[in-house]
Amino acid sequence: MLALLLGLPALRLRAEYLAISTIAAGEILRLFYRSSWAEPVTGGVFGLQRFATAFYQANPIPRDTYGFWLVQFNSRDLWALAVAWAVVLVLCGVIAVLVRSPWGRVLRSIREDEDAVRSLGKSVYSYKLQSLVLGGAIGAMGGMMLAISTQSVNPDSYDPVVTFFLYTLLVLGGAGRVLGPVIGSILFWAVLTVVDSALRQAITAGHIPESVLTAPEVGAARFALVGLGLMLLMIFRPQGLLGSRREMLLDAR
Amino acid sequence: MPADLSAVLAEPGAAKPDPLLVIDGLRRSFGGLIAVDVGHLEIQRGVITALIGPNGAGKSTLFNVISGFEKPTEGHWSFAGKPIAGLAAHRIARGGLVRTFQLTRTLGRMTVLDNMRLAAPGQRGERLPLALLPPLWLAGERAITARADELLERFRLSHLRDEYAGTLSGGQRKLLEMARALLTDPVMVLLDEPMSGVNPALAESLLEHLSDLRDEGMTVCFVEHDMDVVMGVSDWVVCMADGEVVAEGPPATVAQNPSVIDAYLGARRGAPPAREIDEE
Repeated sequence: MLALLLGLPALRLRAEYLAISTIAAGEILRLFYRSSWAEPVTGGVFGLQRFATAFYQANPIPRDTYGFWLVQFNSRDLWALAVAWAVVLVLCGVIAVLVRSPWGRVLRSIREDEDAVRSLGKSVYSYKLQSLVLGGAIGAMGGMMLAISTQSVNPDSYDPVVTFFLYTLLVLGGAGRVLGPVIGSILFWAVLTVVDSALRQAITAGHIPESVLTAPEVGAARFALVGLGLMLLMIFRPQGLLGSRREMLLDAR
Repeated sequence: MPADLSAVLAEPGAAKPDPLLVIDGLRRSFGGLIAVDVGHLEIQRGVITALIGPNGAGKSTLFNVISGFEKPTEGHWSFAGKPIAGLAAHRIARGGLVRTFQLTRTLGRMTVLDNMRLAAPGQRGERLPLALLPPLWLAGERAITARADELLERFRLSHLRDEYAGTLSGGQRKLLEMARALLTDPVMVLLDEPMSGVNPALAESLLEHLSDLRDEGMTVCFVEHDMDVVMGVSDWVVCMADGEVVAEGPPATVAQNPSVIDAYLGARRGAPPAREIDEE
């Protein structure tokens, strides 16, 4: 819905400006949700909590902890996880079909050359709008799953930085691949978590002196390391983990 | 058989027996520069019309405006009796007036076959809910593929079917773009310099394709600034200079027309010097 409203005017813009205007719209909404005027509905800066009780009451998994070795889940997390992954699988299936359909072909052609597509009698604007709305809907589902798993939504947990995390994991997985974002997000999360705990343990064990890095700084340092990793990826595997290098090298027309 | 144009007067704005595209009072200016200023122009159905003129004469701009890729400053034009001024480019293309570009616009990171299949009109699988159900569009897709293969065969591109279009040579891209335009089932094609950058042997076969299309009933209009190329293939020639139509007529007549010679050699000159040197 929101994507449709935003898309109608914004898609008249060129690619770069479209990206900027969507980020701007996100910020406008975030500030709007935070405002005291909207507080009865959005809960203002505190956001909403404990709204997904019905979701957890439907949990068929018996109360217990599951998992192995370091990875442990309680039944609530496992239920949220299962539903989220089911959604991911279904959406991947849907996208895979779409990408191979004539609809996906038009979309890829628009990526290549809008004017060529126009000259063949296809409405570029309408396809862009469709894909933006579809992307918005998928993003909304992701947001819903995230909100359900933590039982709280707060406008500030969707700040512009999140947008750039999403870009990062797209690039990481390989743009233009159905499973790219999935692999990218798993890897992004894993790297963040592993680096985080590795650094913390190293500090506790005294391998890293206090003068170099202290425990509270770890949060920032891990992003620096992810950034470094991304740069290395761009240099040695610019197509992402799943992308096709041949397709990328054909960029020049 | 091409329509008979022998009764048509060889003067700018001449009325044709069966005009498909009619342009009236079309102007396109960039600031103070008037790029196109065409008072009246009719393009006959079922023949090959060549649009010639020196660089900067406004030929490509005229094409861009007619096909909806650029907005005119003023003026209107109609195609097959329907006014199409102000329509979006894709609507004009859907109406049967399909163009190609001077700088080819092949889709580099897609295969030659996909470039072709994209062009087919009215595909069910291009609509969003239907795209999700392959059984609804797989039959149509097979028919489209068969047609695409047929056209690729005709333009001798079959061996490149599964290559990325970005790996094709300039001339092959011209052919691909033309074949792609034909897959849309056009009534009339506007070809912007189909012969530029194409080697002579390939250009020869391109010209044959143009005549074949005409013989099948298609209306062809192409831009070209090389006079020699134009003479053999076209039924009617329109010459532009400084945005205006300065002459039109059968190829032989236009070649002798003093304003055409002026346009090519620069106005306010005496007899064409190149010709005199040749005769000695």
